[in-house]
Order: sequence, then structure tokens, then C-alpha cells
Amino acid sequence: MSIDTAGPASGRAIAHQSLSRQVARRRIRIRFDDGGVGRPTLLGTIVGGYVPLLLATLIIALPLGWMVLGSFKTSGEVLSQHVVLLPHAPSFAAYRSASAQIDFGRLFLNSTIVTVVGSATKVVLAITTAYALVFLRFPGKRWIFLGILVALMVPSQVSLLPNYVFIAGLGGVNTYWGIILPGLGTAFGTFLLRQHFMSLPREILEAAEIDGAGHLMRLTRMVIPISTPTIATVALVTIVSEWNDYIWPLIITNDDSRMTLPVGLTLLKNVEGDPSSYPILMAGAIVVIVPVLVVFAFLQRYIVAGLTQGAVK
Amino acid sequence: MSNAPLAAPTVATRPRPRVSRRTLREWTLFGLLAFPNIALILMFVYRPLMTNIYYSTLDWTLGSPTARVIGLANYREFFTGPDAATVLRATGVFTVATVGGSMLLGLLFATVLNRRLVGNTLARATVFAPYVLSGVGVGLVWTFIFDPVTGVLAGLLRAVGLSSPQWFLDPSLSLTMVILVYVWKNLGYCAVIYLAAMQAVPRDLLEAAAMDGAGRVRTFITIVWPLLSPTSFFLLLTTILGSLQAFDLIRIMTPLGNGTTTLMYDSYLQAFGGYNRAGYSAAISTVLFVILLAMTAVQLHLIERRVHYA
Repeated sequence: MSIDTAGPASGRAIAHQSLSRQVARRRIRIRFDDGGVGRPTLLGTIVGGYVPLLLATLIIALPLGWMVLGSFKTSGEVLSQHVVLLPHAPSFAAYRSASAQIDFGRLFLNSTIVTVVGSATKVVLAITTAYALVFLRFPGKRWIFLGILVALMVPSQVSLLPNYVFIAGLGGVNTYWGIILPGLGTAFGTFLLRQHFMSLPREILEAAEIDGAGHLMRLTRMVIPISTPTIATVALVTIVSEWNDYIWPLIITNDDSRMTLPVGLTLLKNVEGDPSSYPILMAGAIVVIVPVLVVFAFLQRYIVAGLTQGAVK
Repeated sequence: MSNAPLAAPTVATRPRPRVSRRTLREWTLFGLLAFPNIALILMFVYRPLMTNIYYSTLDWTLGSPTARVIGLANYREFFTGPDAATVLRATGVFTVATVGGSMLLGLLFATVLNRRLVGNTLARATVFAPYVLSGVGVGLVWTFIFDPVTGVLAGLLRAVGLSSPQWFLDPSLSLTMVILVYVWKNLGYCAVIYLAAMQAVPRDLLEAAAMDGAGRVRTFITIVWPLLSPTSFFLLLTTILGSLQAFDLIRIMTPLGNGTTTLMYDSYLQAFGGYNRAGYSAAISTVLFVILLAMTAVQLHLIERRVHYA
């Protein structure tokens, strides 16, 4: 009887509980309904449903599509007073001349190095810190967690100038470590993983402990493997934000040997004030946008889950 | 049994160690696992909070080895000088417009996406996508679209016999332009969160309303909207925090901050935009920080309440 009133949804929830209750609950589940209104007519569905849906999608997609088209145009086509919809002779000329003016390969490499090293370190730190916070005893542990939680809310803008002075003082201007180091402390990942670890079934871990598995064994053989969805969420959100990170690399680099892509594009825009560089800049915008767009297209549910964390219970 | 009397005195005479070896090992492991992250957070999040307040009391050119303590003079200069009015106005307009815009459009998009239609998974992903894209990339794309001579917007306006406004020269148009792009980039976040909240609305409530003859609009106003109020409050706070710290789009679309110099951007310009006024910039940061802190306090209070009720 009580099962009936609880409904199938909670039955499913109980079934999944042993694995990753937290993730299942926190991931935003999308269920579509018609708002409870009676059977819609075909015309009604088209006018009231598909037309708005199409409009909403176009408002977002058109500017991005325009960017892709633009990067294949010649500067003549882009600069024409008459809007040229499709490039007449699609060419990679813009990409070629962009790479002639600024070393795109270098920028791409710098961005990749910063993103890979930065996010890998952050994910490892998040996992170890969360494990320590959940499974190890330590006096004042709750206060440490609270301190991390508050760090999540401290706006990064107040730390810009002091961190610049500090890192520059250590000789970190135009170095990879100077770009990476100040952002390494991770409050977001620690928070997300701690919440997830709390939801893991204690009995399994206790059984492993009785069998003689030490903490490191339990962490690497049990906790990490059963937490892959949450770790993936943390990793993806971290990768995307490292890749897009702008203000800190902008401040701490002034030489294009160490600039990341967004910073290099700024330089190109500053140098090339005249509109003839537009196709080049569009090609640059594509190089910075498209990798994230591709990752998002395939793994969006993890990214959306991570970024909307805490919004919906 | 014969062992018991022997064992008891040994335990009693040996002073109980305050911390057992096992516990000590656990503490050490905790330190190894958690310390690097904690140290980094202390070093690069908490320390700068204090340092920034100290810097704000200095008359100090960035890069210069000497600085002079001038107390609150930087704050006095900001609030009495000509900056405050324009900067605070730009910050206010930008925040109100972007927060209102992304929330209203987010809600509208969520209602559109909340129907069982072919292709809405793709639509949902598309709407959210700009939120994860580089602000620099997005800013560049829109710079071309808004270009008064070669931009596609100017082209469309010409087609209907209008001439393009000078988006990049007129300060209030620059601000409008950056607001529009910011809303475009962030409305997907609000839409996805509103969508999730809408789908948590109990179906039977909606069915009951339909049974009583309430139409879509009526159902939305009397049932859905009130149930969305915690979500709206959450979004209000998070989007305000985001808008107050907006940087990427402003920097790339209007590098000189012509009409778009918000507190955040002014603090950047003063220190790193060629003036090298570190102390003054720190003072502006501190003003912004106090505003953000007040907002965060409200948010923490909200989270606490949610945890209680959960």
C-alpha cells in the first residue's frame, strides 16, 4: 500500500540508491508535459509549440552559424555593404592569414597545456580533499569544510591584484605556472565530490576495511570507480572553465609565447583595429569556441548537471 | 579469568596516550590528502581578501617599489569624484537589465521548451550552449554582427531603409549592446533551471486546474509561478552575483569601457588598463566586494533555510 502511494519514481530511486543517489537526484531530469491541458490540435501544436521552439533555437543558433559562415568568407565578402549570406568560394584563407599574423598553433598549445595541467591537478585535489573530508577523522573537519564552502562564494575579482603582485614578485609573469598556480585550489570540485561521497553506502567501505583494505586502496579501488559520473561532471566543468578563463591569463601574460587563446585574440583585436581583419578574428573566435561546443554536444548532460548544481534540490 | 587481575593494573598504570597511533596515522593521511588544496585556497583566496583591503589604503603605482599609506583617501576620491556617479550608474543599469532580461527570457524559453515536441532535446542543448562558451569568442562574434558598416545587423537595417546606430561610439548604445549580448549568453542558464523547476510541479495540480477549466495562462499565473518562487529567488541572487562580476564581454566588445565601465571593469582599468593605480583599484574592488558579500550573505541564509526544510 505504501509502495503504491510512493509511486514508481521512488521505487526506481530506491533501486539506484546504492550507487549514486546524490548524482541521480541532483542531475536535472527532464520530463515533458503539456501543462495538463486537454488534447491539442495539430494546428495548435504547430503554432503554440513548434513555432516558438524554432524561434527560441534560432535566436541562439543563428549568431553562431553566422560566425562559422563568416570565417569561410573572403574579407571582401565580409566587408561588403550588402550582406553576403553564403561564402561564394568557401576558403580557409581567413584561417591561413590568421595564423600568419598570430601564432595560433602556439596559442592553442598554451591553452591546451594550461587546461590539461590545471584541470588534472584540480580534479585530483578535489578527489583527495573530498575523500579526507568524508572518510577520515580530523579535529575541526566541519570548520575546514565550511571554509571551503565560503571560498566558493568569494568573488575572484578581489584576489586579482594581490595575486598579481604575489605571482609577479615570484617571477611568474609569462610562465605556465604563473597562469596555472593561483587557480589550483578547488572549492567547487571539493564541494561537489564531498556531497557525492557522503551518499556512498558506508557498509561496503566498512566491509572492505574489515578485509584489510587501507584508505588509499579504498579510495582508488572503490570510491573512485563508483563515482565516475560525478568525477566526470567535475572534470568537464573544470576543463571548460579553464579553457575559457580570461581575466587572470590576460593579466599575468604580456608575451604571445605564453598567452592562451582568449588572450591572444584580444591582442589580435587590439592590433588589428581595422575591419579587414574581421574574417581572421572570426576564425580565431571559432578556434576558441568550437572545441567547447564539440565537448558540450557530446557530454552536455554532465556539464549541465555540474553547472546547475545546487539550483534544484 | 586468571589473566584479568593481571591485565587490569597494566592498563591502569600506563598513562593512556591522548592520541592513539591509529588516530595519528589518520590525521597524517588527512593532512596529506587535504592539505595541498586547503593551502592553495588559503593562499590564493583568503590571503588576497586581506591584502586587497590593505592595498586599498595605499597611494601606490603598480610596479613601483614604494607606496604611501593614505588611509581612506582612495575611497573618498572614488565616492566624491566624478567616477562614482557614472560607474555606479553603469553597474546598476547593467545589473538590473541583465538580471531582469536573462530571468524573464529564461522563463519564457523554459515555457517554450517544456512541451513534448520533436526536437526539444536539441533545442534545450542549443539554448544552454552559449552559457559554456568563451566570453571572448562570443564577444568577437557579436562585435561583427553589431558593426555599423559591415555587420549583418546594419545590413538588415539598410534593407528596410534604416541606418545602423553607432553601437561602439555612443556610450549608452555600447551599454545596451553589451547587455543584449550578456543576456543572450546567459539566458540559457536561467531557462534550464526554470525548466527543471517547472517539471517538478506536481502533475495532478495541473490536471486539476485543467479540469476546472483554467487555461494555460491562468494555470501558469495561479499555480506554476507561485511554485517557482524559490527558484526565482535563487536565480535572482546568482545572476546578480554573476552580472556584478561580468568582465569578458565588456573587455572584448568595449575595451575602453566607453559607457560600460562597471565597478568590476573600473577596478580592472585602474590597475591594469594603463593607469597602474593599484591602491585606487583595490578600493574599488573592496566596494564591489562589500556589495557581493551582502548578496552572498542573503544567499547563505537562503541555503541554510533550504537545508532546514529539505
